[in-house]
This record gives sequence, structure tokens and C-alpha cells, in this order.
Amino acid sequence: MLMLGYLVRRLAMTIPTLLLVAIAVFALVRLIPGDPVQVMLGDSADPAQVDALRRQMGLDQSIPVQFGYWLAKVAVGDFGHSITNGLAVLPLILERFQVSAIIVLVAVTIAACVAVPAGLIAAWRQNKAADLAITAGATLLLSIPSFWLGLLLLLLFGLKLKWLPVIGYVPFSENFGQAITFIILPIATLAMIEIGALTRMSRASSIEVLRLEYVTHARAKGAPEWRVLARHVLPNAFAPTWTLIGLVLGHLLGGIAVIETVFTLPGLGRLLVDSIFARDYPVVQGCLLFTAVIYVVVNLVVDLCYPLFDPRVAAE
Amino acid sequence: MKMRANTAIGGLLIGVLFATAATAAFWTPFDPLKVNLRARLQPPSALYWLGTDEFGRDMLSRIMAGAATSVLVSVLTVTFAVMIGAVIGVLTGYLRGWTDRVIMAANDALLAFPGILLALAVMIVTGANKFGIVLALGIAYIPSVVRVVRGTVLSIREKEYIEASRVIGNSELYSMARHVLPNSLAPVAVLATSMFGWVLLAESALSFLGLGVPPPAPTWGNLLAASRPYMESAAWLSIAPGLCIALTLLGINLLGDSLRDRLDPRMVQG
Repeated sequence: MLMLGYLVRRLAMTIPTLLLVAIAVFALVRLIPGDPVQVMLGDSADPAQVDALRRQMGLDQSIPVQFGYWLAKVAVGDFGHSITNGLAVLPLILERFQVSAIIVLVAVTIAACVAVPAGLIAAWRQNKAADLAITAGATLLLSIPSFWLGLLLLLLFGLKLKWLPVIGYVPFSENFGQAITFIILPIATLAMIEIGALTRMSRASSIEVLRLEYVTHARAKGAPEWRVLARHVLPNAFAPTWTLIGLVLGHLLGGIAVIETVFTLPGLGRLLVDSIFARDYPVVQGCLLFTAVIYVVVNLVVDLCYPLFDPRVAAE
Repeated sequence: MKMRANTAIGGLLIGVLFATAATAAFWTPFDPLKVNLRARLQPPSALYWLGTDEFGRDMLSRIMAGAATSVLVSVLTVTFAVMIGAVIGVLTGYLRGWTDRVIMAANDALLAFPGILLALAVMIVTGANKFGIVLALGIAYIPSVVRVVRGTVLSIREKEYIEASRVIGNSELYSMARHVLPNSLAPVAVLATSMFGWVLLAESALSFLGLGVPPPAPTWGNLLAASRPYMESAAWLSIAPGLCIALTLLGINLLGDSLRDRLDPRMVQG
């Protein structure tokens, strides 16, 4: 019963977020200086063509009507058509999203598997040599810009050692082995960057937990140290880190454009940036809206899973 | 001991950054924009300490000029975000009620959105230039400031000295400006330190994508982007600007840690 109430409350919280995102994305195109249709078609466009596109985009209606009309279409997955190549926006986004999603998901999984135990060990050996080494390493990783790390890895493994290809991408459906060679460096780059942030988070929450009475109690009753860590500290310290993993996923989706630029991958971030340069506003709107929705959904799922790690949350 | 080392290294790195930026505003070894086709892609030497780029421009001068741009943009952005965010945070935290609920709902919605995407969206409207970036990144980081300030204000407004200020007949507005605002600034200072790092990184990322300060004006981000075609033959072009960003972020992270440790001593003593 408690759980159900938590689910409903958490679901209701996404509605204002999604509405605000929709308003922001809609307002974006209206706020661009000058006539968006004129900007998209160029100065030399035929006036009849301009009128047609304006009608097609619904720009001859009042703003609230336009918004309602646009929202109704978006709600059923009609994001309009690209100005540059006439393709439907949503399928285009979904195709590009696959590339980004694989990289981000694998990178976050690897990062969490390394960072959570590393943070726990650092907290356990607080202020000892192991802690200093782990904290210093995490702070260093946190300070390296992802695009620079990507360039350095490319320079080392692609250009100097020639182990991996430098430019391009092959879909998994075409050639599995080759596909892996193209995404190994982007995944390594993202994983290394996120290990920095996650290790620090895991260390901080483990320190909090190690101080609690039930840890002392477990030790006092003679439980071996590994069991205290694995059975009592890790599960309780994991909950805050789990929330951060949700934020990291979103953060990666927001920042994926630079990684896709470094490694020339046809992902969602690259689509967004290319569309901004091409002034292909329906695609820009679609990418922003899609990323925001994914971000909201990821955080929703993270929060809904949170009571699995910390049942007290549902009870509040 | 560890804390003092953190503060010293962090302070040194950030001190060097600000000194470099200030120097570059008046003097660089060469003109950072001066093309010299006879000295293209020179490796680092006694004359060109960090080598030259594909137009024969001195990299050291360009990196110094880039530091000036990055520092200026980041300082302006953080100031902008903190000023607007602090005012909104104090108002919502102090007035509470419906104003608070509506503003916080909108604020949380904005927080639930990757900052760099929000900045990109604003940049589409403002265009790629220095003030566009300040506005875009500023707007992207206002919600975090609002959240921190509001939380602090909520705890401060219950304190006795605010009650006292009210009792002696000071207006709400006066109590707020004179007593609540100054006392809520300490956590904001910690946030502003970290924010300087995030903004500098975001600005470099946008420049790297070609959506930041446009060339030929150098920024660390666009220097890195420009170095990509020459990565194999002129690796120094890719290494120096990235190293500058990394050292700056390292300095900020170390300083931020030592500030936070001071506020929460439990993280230091075992």
C-alpha cells in the first residue's frame, strides 16, 4: 500500500517537468530572432513557398492554439519532418539513439562496477594509503574533460599503436566484431570519466554508513570484516549512489555530443549539433524533447527502484 | 595534513590561471591572431614554447588568450547565476506559500534537465558569442543556486535574530536584505566554486562543438577542436589546451573539496 502511494506520487511529479520541457522546446523556435520560416528557407525563398511552410508549421495561428496543436501531435509521436532531407523526425531520432544508448549504458555499468567497490574500500581505509590513492585517482579522473581524454586515447590506440580504427562506425547488425572496435574507445572514455564522480559519491556515503551503530553492532557480535562490509555497509551505502547513477545517465546523454564528435559516431548528440548548424529546427526540437523525456524516464525508473535498496523512502 | 595539501595545490593552480588570464589581457609573447605562414606547425622550441598551429600562430599566446576568455566567461556566468539565483531563492524561501510552490515546481522541472542541453537550447536563440554563452550557461545553472539558497533561507528564517529584527519593527524586505541574504551566502560560496569548474568545462565543450566563442578568437575548447586534423603530425596542438582545462578543473575540485571539508569536518577525521 505504501509502495503504491509512493509510485503514484512519483509519477505525478513528472507531469509538471514534462509540461515545462514541452513549453520550453516549443518556445525555443518562437524565440529565435527573425522569421523562423524565412531563416529555414533562406533569403532567396519564393514567397509562396514561405507561406506554404508557414501554414504547414501552423505559424499562422495564435500562440496557444499553435502550442495545443503541436503538443497533441507530439503526444502521439509525430515530431514533424526534417527540413533538410524531409524524413520523419522520430524514426531518425530512434535510429541515432540506439548508438548513443549502447555506449552510455555500457559505460555507466562498467563505471558503477568499478566505482562502488572502490569507494567502499576508500571509506573503509579512510585516510590510509589506499584511501588517498583512490581519492586522488578519482579526483584526477573527474578533472579530465571527456573530449580531451577521448582525443588522447584516439591518439594512442588509433594513431600510434594502430590497434583500433580512428574514424567511422559500423552497426552491430552488420558486423558484430567490427562494431565493437568502433565503440570500445568511446565507452572507455565515458566509463573513466564517470568512475571519478561515482567513486567519490560511493566513498562519501560509505563513510556515513560506517559510522552508524548497526555497523559497530555487527562488528561487536563478531561478524568477519568482509561480511560487515558486504552485508551491512554496501547495501546501505549503495542507495545514494544509485540515485547518482540516474543523474549520470542523464548527464551522459546531455554530454554525449562531444564524445560522438571526437569519435565520429552517428549518435543522437551529433544529430542535435548537426541540426543546429543546419538550422533544421524540427529535428532540433525533436532531439531536445526526446532527450528530456528519456532523462525524466530514467530518473523515474531510478526513483521507483530506490525503495528496493532503501524501503524507508516509500514509507515517508 | 591532506586538507592543507589540497588547498595549497588547488590554490596554486587557480592562482596561476587567474594570473595568466590577467597577463594575457595586456601582454602575450606573440599576437595570438597573427598568421605567419612560414612558421606553420612548428614543434615546441625555444622561440615558440608550445609550438605553432596550422597558420603559424604561437600556441602559448593563443592558450594565454584562451585562458582570458574562459576565465571572463566563467566568472561572468557564475556571477550572473548566483545573483539571479540568490534573489529568487531568498524570495521563495522567505515568502513561502504559493509563490514558493509554483517557483519551486518550475525550478525542479529545470533541474530535471541536463544543464548542457538547456544551455544549447538557449544558445540556439542567442547565437554563438560571448554574451550568448554567459546567458545560456547562466540560465542553465540558476536552478541549482535557487535550491541551495532556498534551503539555507528556510533554516535561517527560524533563527532568533530574524525574529528579533521583526520584533523591533523592521519591514520584511529590510530583514530579508539585511539579515537573511548575507547569512545564506556561505553555502553559495561553496557552490559557486564548483560551478566555476562546471561552467568552464561546459564552455570548453560548447566551443569544442563549434557552438561557443567563434574562431579566430582562441578558447581552449576551439583550440582542441582545431587541433584534430593535425593530431598525428602535430600532437602538441592537442595536448596543451586539454592539459590546461584538466589542470584548471583539478584546481577547482581540490579547492572545492577543502572548502566542503571545512563545512563538514566528519569527512576528514576518521
